[in-house]
Amino acid sequence: MSKKMSTENNSGSKQATTGRMAEGVTVNEDEVAFFARIADQWWDENGPFRPLHLLNPTRLAYIRAAINAHTGTSETSLKPFEGIRILDIGCGGGLLSEPLCRLGASVTGVDASERNIEVAKIHATRMGLTIDYRNTTAEALAEAGEQFDVVVNMEVVEHVADVPAYLAACRALVKPGGLMLMSTLNRTARSFIFAIVGAEYVLRWLPIGAHDWNKFLTPRELADALKTAGFTPEAPTGFVFNPLTGNWKLSDRDVAVNYAMGAVAA
Amino acid sequence: MPHDQTTDIAILGGGLAGLAAGIGLAAHGLDVTVIDRGEPGDQTLESFDGRSSAIAYASCNLLKAIGVWEHLEGRHQPIREIRVSDGPSLMHLHFDHRDLGAGPLGEMVENRHMRLALHARAKELPNLRHLAPASVTEIERDAVAARLTLADGNTITAWLLLGIDGRASQARRDAGITVTEWGYDQVGIVCSIEHELPHGGVAHERFLPSGPFAILPLTGNRSSLVWTEKQHLADTVMGLSPRAFEAEVQRRCGDFLGKVKVIGGRWCYPLTLQFADRYTDTRLALVGDAAHGIHPIAGQGLNMGLRDVAALIEVIVEAARAGLDIGSGAVLDRYARWREFDNVTLMGVTDVLNRLFSNDIAPVRIARDLGLAVVDRIPPLKNFFMAHARGTVGTLPKLLSGDRL
Ligand SMILES: Cc1cc2nc3c(=O)[nH]c(=O)nc-3n(C[C@H](O)[C@H](O)[C@H](O)COP(=O)(O)OP(=O)(O)OC[C@H]3O[C@@H](n4cnc5c(N)ncnc54)[C@H](O)[C@@H]3O)c2cc1C
Repeated sequence: MSKKMSTENNSGSKQATTGRMAEGVTVNEDEVAFFARIADQWWDENGPFRPLHLLNPTRLAYIRAAINAHTGTSETSLKPFEGIRILDIGCGGGLLSEPLCRLGASVTGVDASERNIEVAKIHATRMGLTIDYRNTTAEALAEAGEQFDVVVNMEVVEHVADVPAYLAACRALVKPGGLMLMSTLNRTARSFIFAIVGAEYVLRWLPIGAHDWNKFLTPRELADALKTAGFTPEAPTGFVFNPLTGNWKLSDRDVAVNYAMGAVAA
Repeated sequence: MPHDQTTDIAILGGGLAGLAAGIGLAAHGLDVTVIDRGEPGDQTLESFDGRSSAIAYASCNLLKAIGVWEHLEGRHQPIREIRVSDGPSLMHLHFDHRDLGAGPLGEMVENRHMRLALHARAKELPNLRHLAPASVTEIERDAVAARLTLADGNTITAWLLLGIDGRASQARRDAGITVTEWGYDQVGIVCSIEHELPHGGVAHERFLPSGPFAILPLTGNRSSLVWTEKQHLADTVMGLSPRAFEAEVQRRCGDFLGKVKVIGGRWCYPLTLQFADRYTDTRLALVGDAAHGIHPIAGQGLNMGLRDVAALIEVIVEAARAGLDIGSGAVLDRYARWREFDNVTLMGVTDVLNRLFSNDIAPVRIARDLGLAVVDRIPPLKNFFMAHARGTVGTLPKLLSGDRL
């Protein structure tokens, strides 16, 4: 783990940013220790982010299959995404960025929370992974003119205030012909019940109050919004939770609670 | 100059299960380092291991899927039938592969041929390193990696350590994982015989008062014997002159194979049952005999190890293809949950069988005679036992079902 952190400005850098902070922030050793502790929490499979760890293999199976299908890359290779530039929006502690990096992609992870970005950097360094983590937003990146082959946008849109504006920014981030992968929660009676009583799997995963069920998008609404933003949406895939086993699986049919949707930039 | 080598997976123990695991993982693209303290040349000599193993049908599927089977060309004998009989009694149990659809019940392979095939296959894989003889002086494991220090001072850093180093597993001891163990006061005496008459691919398991006696068909007019004997008679039997030993073997085999002749040496193995109280620890998984040693009555020891191997390959390859950390707790938990239940069940069944059959008390005799006769008449029960013999009970890893990952 790197002990010394510089205050170098990293905006616009495309390379590894291990040990570097977002603009103008000075870090002392106490803070490093503080972030390291949160990193341990983020990555503790039985810790506060357990529900996310349980979902992660299923999300990744979906992401891998979707990128394989879109790019015609190998389904069995352990490094299928070499040469593919991927943006992970709302990367948190790096639960998706790290696997995508292992699969060979050149990954940029962005998160609006400075704390998350610090945590993600510390963990990537520990694991020997080179990931371009930035404390910024999709809108700011789009403004800077950055573009990616694939944009991964998992469990973000339900937190966004202005969906059309957000999707327009996302469209600007995807190269023409590139792919965006989104996942979110449907607005159904079942998702309502899950959001209210599904403590272990929804409420603890997202801080209480972060979700406003009324703002959830149905697959039809999301597809329409994507079209307006200049994407060609694909059919949705459900992420289905089995409360008895604690396992998730992919489903073509059951999209009533969590679902994902791919969209190709026109 | 000591150097540090990094690898995806380090395997301590390159025996039958260890090499199969290394090969399977490397064949799916992972970088693997296998460390064994033995001299590879010695381990393939007949004097090193005179045993043969009954490889269940499902285990054959695994060996085919990972490219080992083709190196056994002409060196495997299909088992077409299994006849189980109880000492002098006429009641018997008869398993025929035709009862269970196509394909033999299993294949007999001499252990040293299996080792040669594994070595040959290992050499074909550039991402598999086989360090032997080599030994480990220190094992460190933490949240990020497992690090081994070798006796020559070099170190190996891996995401995951697999302890496949047999019953006295160093990896297991080092992790402080305890074992539950009990002995049977029995030994397994093993030798090969040549016989006048063909065996027709039939395996025989006889329950003699001293314990089970198995005659397992090898290629040609040869068979492998596993003669279970009471501990206190072991020295006597092992000390018999070649002639007297052969006469004892003939007496136990009966005359359906004609005249038998003992070929090669004889080996004596103490029979104990042991299982590790946990299969995993931080960045560590135990596999094969390191996790469980079973009474060889059912010929399932290696098969259980290969089932571990198939499950582990599936779990690890799935994680690696999703880009996940292959040594993480989630991956190891999935392996442990999958295998522990299965292995404990099989060990229980085997233990009960042995206790039931290793004595000569009249009521028990009658009960088990009836038992065998009943099992033979009720197809579902029989199919259950046969499926066990074939290794197709439980949630089968894909590689055991003949599928590819
Ligand atoms: C009499 C008898 C008959 C049997 N018959 C059958 C049968 O018909 N069918 C069947 O399926 N099974 C049978 N078995 C069981 C079977 O032989 C074992 O289950 C199988 O060999 C276990 O394989 P393994 O690779 O886990 O362990 P092992 O074969 O014990 O291999 C362990 C390897 O690790 C190495 N090693 C150990 N410690 C270290 C260390 N500290 N450092 C480095 N390397 C180390 C050793 O050199 C060895 O190569 C029988 C067993 C007995 C006793």
